[in-house]
This record gives sequence, C-alpha cells and structure tokens, in this order.
Amino acid sequence: MTAEFGHFALILAFAVALYQMVVPLIGASKGWGGWMDSARPAAVAQFLLTGLSFACLTVAFVTSDFSLKLVYENSHTAKPMIYKISGVWGNHEGSMLLWVLILSLFGAAAAVFGTNLPPALRARVLAVQASIGAAFYAFIIFTSNPFLRLASPPFDGRDLNPLLQDPGLAFHPPFLYLGYVGLSMAFSFAVAALIEGRVDAAWARWVRPWTLAAWMFLTFGIALGSWWAYYELGWGGFWFWDPVENASFMPWLLAAALLHSAIVVEKRETLKSWTILLAIMAFGFSMIGTFIVRSGVLTSVHSFASDPARGVFILGILTVFTGGALTLYAVRAPQMTAKGVFAPVSREGALILNNVLLAVAAFVVFIGTMWPLVAEMLWGRKLSVGPPFFNKAFTPFMIALALALPLGAILPWKRGLLGRSLQPLRGALLLAGSVMALVFAVSTGRSAIAVIGAGLGAWIVFGAVAELIHRTGQSGWSRLLRLPRADWGKATAHAGLGVTFIGISLLTAWQVEDIRVAQVGQTFRVADYDITLASVDEVQGPNYISTTATMQVARDGRPVATLQPEKRVYPVQAMPTTEAAIDNGFFRDIYLVIGDAQKDGGWAVRTYVKPFANWIWAGTILMALGGIISLSDRRYRVAAGVRRVSPAAVPAE
Amino acid sequence: MRQVLLLLAFLLPFAALAVQPDEMLPDPAAEARARAISQLLRCPVCQGETIDESNAPISRDLRLYVRERIVAGDSDDQVIDAVVDRFGEFVLFQPTAQGTNLVLWMAGPVMAVLALLLAWRFLRIRAAARPETTVALDQEESDRLEQIMRD
Repeated sequence: MTAEFGHFALILAFAVALYQMVVPLIGASKGWGGWMDSARPAAVAQFLLTGLSFACLTVAFVTSDFSLKLVYENSHTAKPMIYKISGVWGNHEGSMLLWVLILSLFGAAAAVFGTNLPPALRARVLAVQASIGAAFYAFIIFTSNPFLRLASPPFDGRDLNPLLQDPGLAFHPPFLYLGYVGLSMAFSFAVAALIEGRVDAAWARWVRPWTLAAWMFLTFGIALGSWWAYYELGWGGFWFWDPVENASFMPWLLAAALLHSAIVVEKRETLKSWTILLAIMAFGFSMIGTFIVRSGVLTSVHSFASDPARGVFILGILTVFTGGALTLYAVRAPQMTAKGVFAPVSREGALILNNVLLAVAAFVVFIGTMWPLVAEMLWGRKLSVGPPFFNKAFTPFMIALALALPLGAILPWKRGLLGRSLQPLRGALLLAGSVMALVFAVSTGRSAIAVIGAGLGAWIVFGAVAELIHRTGQSGWSRLLRLPRADWGKATAHAGLGVTFIGISLLTAWQVEDIRVAQVGQTFRVADYDITLASVDEVQGPNYISTTATMQVARDGRPVATLQPEKRVYPVQAMPTTEAAIDNGFFRDIYLVIGDAQKDGGWAVRTYVKPFANWIWAGTILMALGGIISLSDRRYRVAAGVRRVSPAAVPAE
Repeated sequence: MRQVLLLLAFLLPFAALAVQPDEMLPDPAAEARARAISQLLRCPVCQGETIDESNAPISRDLRLYVRERIVAGDSDDQVIDAVVDRFGEFVLFQPTAQGTNLVLWMAGPVMAVLALLLAWRFLRIRAAARPETTVALDQEESDRLEQIMRD
C-alpha cells in the first residue's frame, strides 16, 4: 500500500512539473502576474510530492518489504539499519528518485527564498527547472520505476553490494547529487536570462550563491568518494581517473570556473556571455556524468546499474537540454555586450586566466574520458586511457594555476602592476621557497614531485594568508576580523587547495610500501616502524564473516597503535571485501591490510606508510568550508529577511 | 569449482590483495621496475584496473610474465611491447602518442594555446574600449537598482 502511495505521489509530481514548465512561462511572456506566481506553489508542491514518494520508498526499505522488486534486489533483513536506508539510493532506480528529489528541492528553495527576484525572471527560472524535472520524472516512471511489485514476494532479499555497505559510500551519492543537481539552478538562471535577453550584475549575484552551494557539495561529495576509495579498496589509492570519477570532476572544474567568472560579471559587467556558456556547460557535464554512470557506456567499477535503453533516454534528455540551451545561446549571446574597461594585468585578467586553465583542464579530462569510445566508434580500436595519461596531461594546468593563483587573487581590479602586487607576497614567496628547500633536503634522491608540489601548495597557502594580512592594511588585527566573510571564504578555499596539493604530492612521492608473508607473532620493520602480527581470528559480524588480524605498531620500542585490519566475506552476495586498518596522523597514516592465509603458514600482509595523506581531505574540507563562509556573507544571503541599508554595502576591494 | 572461482574473481575487482608476496622478485631494483611497468598495464578483463591492483587470475599471470621478462633481461619497453603483442593496445593505460592518438595528446596543449590567444584578444579589446556613455535609468531599472542596493 505504501508503495502504491509513493508511486502515485511520483506521478502527481510529474503532472505538477508539467504544469510548472508551461504555465509560468506563458505568464512571463504575456505579463500575467497570476500565471507567473503560480510557479511558486507548484515548485513547493512538486517537492513535497517527490519527498513523499521518496519517504514511501524509504519505508519499504526500512521495513524490508520484499514484495517490491527493488527492495528484494538491494536489501536484506540482516543488514544494519543505516545501510537499509542508504540502500534506497544504492541502486539505479532509487538514486534517480534521489536525483529528482534534490532537483525539486532546489526548485522549491528558489521559489521560497527567491522573493527578491524580479517576478518574470523567477517564473522563467522555475519553469526551466521544472522542465528538467519533468524529463527526469518521465525517465523514472517509464524506464526505471522503483515501485514495481513482485507477484510472489521472496522470503529474503539479495542484499546490497557489500562495497556500498560503508559509511563513506552511504553518504557519497547524496552529496554528489546535491552538487550535480545544484548546478541545474545555474543552468535554469542562464536559460531564463537568455529568454529575457539580459544579464547584469544583479543576475550574477543571484546565480553565485547557488553555484557556490553546488560547488561546495560537489567538493565534499568527491572528497568523500575519494576517502572511501582510500580506506576501502585496500591499497590506499585515492584517485583513479576512472570515467565515473571524471564525470564528477568535470562539473567540479567548470563550477569552479563559473564561480570565478560570475564574480567578473557581478563586479565589472564583463564576461557575460562566457559565464552563461559556462553555466550551461557545467550542468551539461553533470548530465553527461549521469549518462556515463547510468548507461554504462564507459564501463567502470562504479556502473552497478547499466542498461542501454536507459542510456538512450538520458542521452535524449542531455541532447534536448544542452542542445536547446546552446541554440538559444547562439541566438542571444551577441546581445550581451561587455561593459568594463580593464588592462590585461588586472583582477579581471587574472580571473580570465583562471577560467582558461580550469576550462581547458576540464576539456582534457573530457577528451581523455571519451577517447576510448571515439577510437572504438571511428576506427574500431579498443584502447584505454588511464592514470598515466591524465597525470601527464592534466597536471601542467594545475601547476600553472597554482603559480598564478596568489598573485591573481591580490591584483587590483581594472589595472594592476605585477611588481606592486608581488610586494605583499614577498613573505609568502620566501616561506614557499623555504618549504621547497626543506622538502628537498629531507628527500634527497627522490622525485621532483615532492619539491614542486609542496612548494606550490605552500605558495598558495601562504599567499592566502598574505592576502588577508594585506587587506587589513595598517589597522591590524581588529580589521582582520571585520573583513567581509567573502574575503575569509576566498582565503580559506584557496588555502584548502594548497593543502590538498601538498598532501597529494608528498603522499605520491614519499609513500612506503611493504608486501610480505608474516607468521603470527612475527615482527617486521617498515620505515622506522616495528609491526607485529599478534593474532588472526575469525569473527562473526551482523551480515558478514570476518578474518580479523590484530597488529601492533611500535616505534623505537614505544607502542604507537594496535590495529585490526579485516577481510570480510558477505555470504549473501558471496563477496569478499578488505577493510584496511589505518592509524591516522597529522604527518603520516599507517595503513595495514591483511590478505590470504599462505599454504605453508603465515599470512600475506601489506603495510603502507602514507605521509601527509590526511592533508588531501583536510584541504578539500577547507575548500568546502571556504564555500560555506562565502555563502554566509551578507551580500549573498539568498533570503535576507529584513535588509538593512548600510552605507558601505560593497567594499571597494 | 574452478570456473566459479574464476567468475567470482572477474566480478570482484577488489576482493583480495593484488601483488602477492610469492610473486615478488628478490632483487628490489628489478621488483621496483616490475611494479612500475605493472602500473602502466590494464587488466584485460577487469573494469579500469591496472594489473598491479587487480586480483583477477589473468592479472596475476601477467604480473608473473612481466617479472619473467625482466629476469630474462628485457628492457621496460620490450616487456610492455611483449604484453601488447598478446593482448592488443587495450592493455596500455597510457595510449601511444602515435597516429590518431596524437589528437588525444595534442588536444590539451592546442586547446590551451587557442584559449589563451582568444583570451588575449578579448583582453586587448577590453583595454582599448572606451567607457560607455552613461544612459539614464528608466523607472523599472531604477526600481531594480534600489532593490539590489537594499540586499
């Protein structure tokens, strides 16, 4: 009964979306206020109905209602409650329902908080948002219905893929989707602006918070996925340039570019048509990401649900929306004239360089991801494009970005002098140089990655600090705290990028690996640590059987940690997983993995010492935090209830 | 049973450890070379894994083969070529920079140069542009401006 209720709510939401995509648009072109405003209750109703539908599916999972085909295929009574809930989106149908839920959430948020938008723009934004929704409701209802029943319900379910039974991965998709789908707002604003034929500073100010929020969620979602890969896959890799990872990375790069170009539109009324194009492309790449994942066109470890019919449907949606928006863009873009006048060496110029680097980097990832498909279609060649290619082709852009970032961030608007802007950065330059020297000294005979990466990372971090200090001028600390939050957010996010650079380069260059057979009771030494395999036991978990090793780590005779790496077998899916045990530290992680029992006694054991591993994720958290701080700046608060009139609303930077 | 195990191994890319202790060469330098080569080669039956990470039986065979060739005195390129001869260029995670693949390798640099040229042209135009003569705002626009200033 609950399932039918949810099914019905979903169909109603589809109907509301159809209304919302047509009526407000007509209202906006005819100037009928009532028709325009009807978009707002429609958006809220659509969200409530989808929410109801999602809640019904969740109930089915929580109560293990195996008369639903989806629940039978992806759940099991013995599964812990958290994974019963995360099982709702741990499959194709449920994850698409989550997709539209978030889409309608953003629509409803724009309807509720968008009180300061001009009515016609608001109506058009909501109509475009609803049209995306309608396409995906149709996709769910006609190709991926989660509410299908089984004629004879089985006794128990087939369980969720054990790799997905993990806290990191349980919450990875919702964040990623908040990011992907959040970019739909930028897209809707862009299309609405194209229909209206006007883009101005106000438009950019409305778009920025949505893009910032989407980018922040995407940052967090990607970080969560990479952290999961780090501890779950058993050898501590954190990024694989897998097609599905690339699918989330391309929108991230473009969203980052969009954030920066929208600043130029807001402050200087320039780069308008480029910003619109970026907004369309950022969401276009989100949909390409959905297409890649859902169609399985590029098979990868993530495509746990792939089906050609669905792929064609999504490809259709992608073509209609991206193609339609680009056509509209081609017609309207010439009307968007740039206004600001500025010299090449200026903040504007620096932000354009940022956009060139980020957009070309995204393009490199795109062509690398699609190349196997292209080669197979055009020449029938089966080839692979993997990490070695991406590392070589992508890294130069990041190096250029890192070099230019602190300087670009401090350049004045309109016209700047490189020499003058470098002055406040002298300290940062000196500190970054010392970091390079230090890294060089301790890593004699090793690769240049450590020196260059850590130097660039330090340059960005110290550059961000130097910029904050520079902004305070002569008035000292009290001024520092009164800086606009946007400045703090910017410095935090930039510093986060630097921290991530340091983490990636030092981990890559300094990692130590040891693979061996260890007898129980044996002690071995890896990079100054003495590791003892104390015991190996069989342990029964809630829905798995585990081989748990107990290992003691000591350094110079002092105990550092006792770790319990596991190897689990999930009997329902007959699938083993490795659960590495990690001793997290500020400067290094100790990462232990237990393998198979050996024929002549002992166990295969892998030990890694991973320097600065946590810096990678600490940096991404800082980036997301920077986004939150910027969002809280009063200039961008979407729903400032009572707006005070302040004489110096916009600091002249 | 063997077939079931094989099937399982194909389906379960991360199931167990990849490089096993019994595969490793006693000479650390040769072993390091083997690892580096393994990280360039794709497991022919898995989804996007190198033979270094994969636990599929064929990856184990390939890892052993790579080590055999190294012990026999092959250079890194010879080892890679030997594997490519058997399994085709699909196993190369880094596509060759020859023929049509040059498009792939050159796409980034060419695009970067084009984008920089375009950006430079745009910057020149903006630097040479004259500030627009101010036009008085109409009623609707001044309302909007007021609203914006209140935000």
